[in-house]
Amino acid sequence: MSNAPIRVGLFVTCLVDLFRPSVGFAAVKLLRDAGCDVEVPAAQTCCGQPAYNSGDRADAKAIAANVIAAFEGFDYVVAPSGSCAGMLRVHYPELFADDAAMAPRARALAARTYELISFLTDVRGLRAVDARFAGRVTYHDSCSGLRELGIRVQPRDLLGSVAGLELTELPEGEACCGFGGTFCVKYPEISNAMVAAKAACIRQTGAETLLAGDLGCLLNMAGKLKRDGADVRVRHVAEVLAGMTDTPAIGEPGPG
Amino acid sequence: MTSLGGDFSENARAAVTDPQLQRAMAHVKTGFIGKRAKAAARLPEFEVLRDASRDIKDHTLAHLDLYLERFETQVTVNGGHVHWCATPAEARAAILDICRQAGARTVTKGKSMIGEEIDINAHLEAAGIVPVETDLGEYIVQMRHERPSHIIAPAVHLTKDTIEADFRAHHRDLPADRQLSEVPQLVDEARQILRQRFLDADVGITGANFLVAETGSSIIVTNEGNGDLTQTLPRVHIVIASLEKVVPTLEDATTILRVLARSATGQEFSTYTTVSTGPRRPGDVDGPEAYHVVLLDNGRTDLLDGPFREVLRCIRCGACMNHCPVYHAIGGHAYGSVYPGPIGAVLTPALLGIEAAADLPEASTFCGRCESVCPMRIPLPNLLRHWRERAFAKKVTPGSVRAGIGAWAFVARRPALYALATGVAARALAWLGRRRGRLSRLPLAGGWTRFRDLPAPQGRTFREQWAAQKSARR
Repeated sequence: MSNAPIRVGLFVTCLVDLFRPSVGFAAVKLLRDAGCDVEVPAAQTCCGQPAYNSGDRADAKAIAANVIAAFEGFDYVVAPSGSCAGMLRVHYPELFADDAAMAPRARALAARTYELISFLTDVRGLRAVDARFAGRVTYHDSCSGLRELGIRVQPRDLLGSVAGLELTELPEGEACCGFGGTFCVKYPEISNAMVAAKAACIRQTGAETLLAGDLGCLLNMAGKLKRDGADVRVRHVAEVLAGMTDTPAIGEPGPG
Repeated sequence: MTSLGGDFSENARAAVTDPQLQRAMAHVKTGFIGKRAKAAARLPEFEVLRDASRDIKDHTLAHLDLYLERFETQVTVNGGHVHWCATPAEARAAILDICRQAGARTVTKGKSMIGEEIDINAHLEAAGIVPVETDLGEYIVQMRHERPSHIIAPAVHLTKDTIEADFRAHHRDLPADRQLSEVPQLVDEARQILRQRFLDADVGITGANFLVAETGSSIIVTNEGNGDLTQTLPRVHIVIASLEKVVPTLEDATTILRVLARSATGQEFSTYTTVSTGPRRPGDVDGPEAYHVVLLDNGRTDLLDGPFREVLRCIRCGACMNHCPVYHAIGGHAYGSVYPGPIGAVLTPALLGIEAAADLPEASTFCGRCESVCPMRIPLPNLLRHWRERAFAKKVTPGSVRAGIGAWAFVARRPALYALATGVAARALAWLGRRRGRLSRLPLAGGWTRFRDLPAPQGRTFREQWAAQKSARR
C-alpha cells in the first residue's frame, strides 16, 4: 500500500444518506484506515438510476451530469453500493455515448469509480481488517455488484479476517432478492414472492446476522424478515468490517 | 397470434398464490440451473464457444439476405420449396394450401414456437384438419387446451399428479385401474397413443433450430425422437421457421449446437439431432415425398436496424427463463404472450408493439442473471431498458409513474432542495418508526408495506451529519 494519501470522493448513495448514515461513516473509517483522504461533495443527490431504469433518459442524464461535475478532480470515487457504483461505472458511459462533450467525462469518471469493498481489496490491496464480530453470519451478493462488477470474493476475503465471525453461505446465492428499485412497488406480489424465497434461504442458514453491500437489498430483506418475525439481524457489510456495530441493526429499535 | 391476453399484473397476482403452479415451478429452480452450471463447468471452452456462437449469428444477421437466398437456392436444388411469408396470415395460408393439396386429414407436429406464434393449430382445425402434437409436453398442453408455458418445456407449469388426472380424463379407452403415477408410465401411455397417430398422418410439421444456407438443410433437436417420426413418416414435411434461424454452414450449426443443449437442459447434446435435406431421393429408404420450408418474417427484418437486432441471435434454449426469478415466481402463462421470460419480454413488444406489451419490460429487477447465462450473449436487461425508454417517450408509461419519476427527478436535480426534502423525510420517518425501528404502514407506500416492514431511517441524513462534523472541526 502506498503511503501518499489519495483523494477519494465518497458517493454516499441516496439510500445511505436518507436511511442509514452509519454505513456512510463506516465507509469513511474504512477508507481512512486504507490511507485515503475522504471528501463528500455536497452537490451529490442520487446516481439517477430510478429515472434511468424507468426509461426517463433525459432526467437520468441531467442527474448524471451533476454527479460527473461534482466528482471531477478526485483520484477515486467510491460508493458503498454495487448498484450505484455500477450505474456510474457501466451505465454513465452508455448514457452519454452519443454526446461528444460529455462522453469523455463520463468515461473518465467510470474508470475512477469503485464499489467500496472491492476498492479496498483490489485498489488499496487490503487483505484484513481490525474488527471483531462474534456470531454466525451469511452474506447476500447483490446483483449489480455480482454481475456488473464481478464482486464476490472481496467481501468474503475481508469478512474472513473479522475476529469471531463465522460465515455460512446462502443457498441459491445468485438469486435476486426482489428489490429491483421501483420494481418492488410496481409489482409487489412478484417482489414479495422473490424476497420470501430469499428469506427462506436466509433462515435455512441458521445465521444470526445477514450482511450485504447494498442498502436497497438490505432494506427489502430486513423488511421481509422483520414482518415475518424472523430473529435475524441485518447490517451493511461495511459496518461489520469497520467494527461499527454499536448502532441498532436495520429495522431494529434503538435503546430506549 | 402472439398475445394470449390477460392483464399481466392480474395474471401475476393469481400465479403467485396458485399452489399447483408453485409446486411445479420449484423444479425449474432446482433442476435446470444446476444442470446448466455443471455442463458449462465441464467444458473448458464453453465461454469461447459462446463468443464464437454470438459472432456467427452477428455475421449472419449482417448478411441475412445473402444467406437466406443461398438457403432457398439449395432447398430448390434438393427438390424442396421455400415459401416467403411476411405475416402470420401468409404463413398460415401457405401451410393450409400445402395441406389441402396433399388432401391431408391429420397433421402430426413436432415442437415449434413459430407454430404457436402463427397459431397454426386453431387454423388447421378450422379447415377440418386434425393437428396432433407429438412432443410430450406439447401433447399435454394441447390436451388441456393451453399454450406452452416454456419454450423448451411446454408443460413445466404442471405437476405429475395433474398430468395423471388429465391422462385419465382423456384416455378413456384404457383400463381405469392402470398404474399411472410415475413419469415413465405417463411417457409410455403417450407413446402408445401417438404411435398410431404418426402412422396415420398425411403431413408432418416441424420447427427448425437451424436452417443451413450451404446445404439447404433444416436441423431439429429433440429428446423424444418425435420430431424424426413427424418428418419422415408422412408424405409431406413442412418446416416452419423464422428467418433468423439461418446459419451459413453446417460447421457453424455444430458450433452453436455445442452451447445449445448445455444451456437449455445441461445435456452435452440432445438425444436426437436431425438434419433434413429435401424430400426423399431415389434409393432413400424413407423420407417424405415433398419438403416445404415456410419462412416467417413477422416483423423481424424491422429489428435488423436498431438496438433490438441482438435479440435475433436467440436460439430459443430457454436458459434466460430458467434463471429468471420473475419467471420462477409467476410461470410462463402469466406473461400472456407466446414467448415468456426475459426473451419474451424483449421479443413480444417487437412483435405486438410496445403499447400492447408495456408491462413485460417493466417486470424485471434487472438482476442480469439472464444475460449472464445467455449462450448468445444477448444483453437482455439493456434491451428491456430500451423498451422502457420507448414506452416513456411514447407516453405509454402510466401517468402516475411518469409524474412520480418527474417530481423525484425535479428534486434530485437540485442538491439544495434535495437536501432539504430528504432532511425532512428522514426526521419524519425516524419519528414515526421511533419505537419499533420500522414502520408497518405508511401512506402512499402500500406497495412496500403490504408484504414488508419499512426499516426506519436513523434520524438525520448523512450529509447533514457530515456537514455538522466538518463545521465543528473548523
